[in-house]
Amino acid sequence: MVAPSFIFIGGPMRRAHFKFSWIVPLLLAPQLLVIFIFFYWPSAQAVYWAFTLEQPWGGGNTWVGFDNFKKVLSDPYYWGSVRVSVIYAVATTILAMGMALTLALFVDRQLAGYRVWRVGIIWPYAVAAPAVGLAFQFVFNPGAGIFSYINTIAPGWWDLSKYPWQAVTAIVVAGAWKQIAYSFIFFLAALQSIPRSLTEAAAMDGARPLRRMMDLQLPLLTPTFFFLLVINITDSFTDSFGIVDTLTGGGPFRATDLMVYKIYADGFRGFDYSGAAAQSIILMCLVMALTFVQFRYIERRVHYT
Amino acid sequence: MTQKLAVAALVLAATAGTASAEKIKFEYWYGLTGDLGAVVLETCNRFNASQDLYEAVCVGQDGYEKAVQNTIAAFRAQKHPTLLQSFDAGTADLMLSGEFYPVTQLMADTGVTVDWADYFPGIANYYSSSKGEFFSMPWNSSTPVYYFNKDMFAKAGITEAPITWEGLEAALVKVKESGAACGLAYAPSSWIDLEQFSMAHNIPVASNNNGYDGLDTELLFNTTLHVKHMENIQRWLTDGVATLRTQAAGKTSRDSFVEGECAVFFSSIADHNTIHKLKPAFAWDVQIIPTYEGIERHNTVVGGASLWVLSGKTDDEYKAAANYLAFLATKEEQQFLLENSGYIPVTKSTYEALKAEGFYAKEPFINRDIAMKSLTFTEPGPLTRGIRLGGMIQIRAEWTAEVEAALAGQKTMKEALDTAVSRGNEQLGRFAQTYAGKSFP
Repeated sequence: MVAPSFIFIGGPMRRAHFKFSWIVPLLLAPQLLVIFIFFYWPSAQAVYWAFTLEQPWGGGNTWVGFDNFKKVLSDPYYWGSVRVSVIYAVATTILAMGMALTLALFVDRQLAGYRVWRVGIIWPYAVAAPAVGLAFQFVFNPGAGIFSYINTIAPGWWDLSKYPWQAVTAIVVAGAWKQIAYSFIFFLAALQSIPRSLTEAAAMDGARPLRRMMDLQLPLLTPTFFFLLVINITDSFTDSFGIVDTLTGGGPFRATDLMVYKIYADGFRGFDYSGAAAQSIILMCLVMALTFVQFRYIERRVHYT
Repeated sequence: MTQKLAVAALVLAATAGTASAEKIKFEYWYGLTGDLGAVVLETCNRFNASQDLYEAVCVGQDGYEKAVQNTIAAFRAQKHPTLLQSFDAGTADLMLSGEFYPVTQLMADTGVTVDWADYFPGIANYYSSSKGEFFSMPWNSSTPVYYFNKDMFAKAGITEAPITWEGLEAALVKVKESGAACGLAYAPSSWIDLEQFSMAHNIPVASNNNGYDGLDTELLFNTTLHVKHMENIQRWLTDGVATLRTQAAGKTSRDSFVEGECAVFFSSIADHNTIHKLKPAFAWDVQIIPTYEGIERHNTVVGGASLWVLSGKTDDEYKAAANYLAFLATKEEQQFLLENSGYIPVTKSTYEALKAEGFYAKEPFINRDIAMKSLTFTEPGPLTRGIRLGGMIQIRAEWTAEVEAALAGQKTMKEALDTAVSRGNEQLGRFAQTYAGKSFP
């Protein structure tokens, strides 16, 4: 997850004219080549497969037009998968950004031990998703995890294999935990770039910390907030695979069968390459549409300074 | 055991590395992991040490599913291995693609002798074409059984492990009445509850003789005794003679059994060795999977994996692979696998020889050959040869998800199985469309 350059798009544009130089394409070439090989080419392949029935071992394919899409979109379980993916994305984003902002505000206020916390909070971002899933197994496992203590008080109350809402909660918490670190870094950096003179002036005018947060810091954070919103939503749609795979395996009875996990299960496990390709095109369109909506409607409220 | 094998593997790898300059190499990708993966690697080392013409280069792929996935990816780039260890559910696509070298043909072409008639029919039928030609080489083979806690059975006054479902239910009730917390540790398994259950009862899983006779196949398991069986299991769970024990619910059925919590659990005979290693603090034994009263029992079929030879390799590589496969089929090598795992012999002669030597009369092998009884109970018929369905992995997943939903009270068992069948049929339809005009060889 690299901060893409589109965060600057809304900024004041200045016209500039450069002389054409071969240096520019030369310097761009390696990056463009990587993007082409690892993004455009596979995406084009996926689009092609989505309109055919591809035999896994090669040996040809049959053109079927929109059949793969029709099949996917007429499947009630697929819509269940879309629904839980949206719930997951919205919930992890709110939880992760809310926690990250709270923690960043505390660290920015330089409460006791803030240097330790700063490093400590960044760490989880370095943990791979499957490892996060495994770690949360120890927390949420109904038989041996921390949550099993609930079951000693109320036997059978906590059971990931039985209650869909519990399984969804578990992956949301694990997913948010992983994403907090990333948002935290950006929020903290943004908070620290707010000129001290502004906060000090407000303090002199008699604004207490909470008031300064509400009226001064948060409005100045909106560009960061918007950037993180886009990134977090995109990320929770596409990067949730590892957590689901290790924590719930898509169960109980498909309750945590997120779109990206279903693509893996159908395509790689079930050898239905074409069905999975159609699903990934749908997922790509959904993420693009959401990003468009965010730029179109939410970015209006963002003030770049 | 693992350590010893690992050390032996390292030593052999080191020595083999220096002397192998002239050898013909071939690559073998296998799916077994952990202790069993070490056994596979050791067979390669034993093969490499046994002769100086060929060298097997064996690479673990972290599970059967990944082994097949990785091989497909490699195949599409023409960088695939000569030999692939694949589980049955992942091979329908491979069979129809024709991108494999049937082992019967391979042995004939390379002049390596294998006595095909020596293989148990239950195993042979499973891995061969309609013409009786072996597609792939049977190797690590198993079949399901049930494990029972002898002490808990004795306490409940049960002297003999029942071989009918009615008998098992009565036994579980007695176990429960004797004060045990848990009778049957149940985990839904389409391999046992659906596929092997249907074999033992000689009832179809799907039309076209379970898919062998064509691609226009439809699932039938929502119309057979399987429905009643699943409803019975559901009733046992409600009555408390059975308890759901899965990884997601906190503890696997095997763990519940080994810890002495539950009296019975169903699994592959391959677990026999694992349970011995875990040293439960009670006496235990195994029994063939039950059938319902009034039903004539039939054979179960083989599980595990077989070894496929892929197309697009050189004659030298094929010759090397053929020699390795013939090496694995020897009595000595089968015995090596049996001693280091819970698997069963694949040839009659090896089984007879082992029996004559008293192999199955001493621990830890006592009664392990009950699996042979189950596998050879009758000659395989049209419905008990096996199952040959495209999209089998997804069909299994549909079955599992639907059964779990029924067990959690979301729908009735019949509704669940109806849904699993109709969704499974969609998979079969897609598979038939993908391979239009083709049929299983």
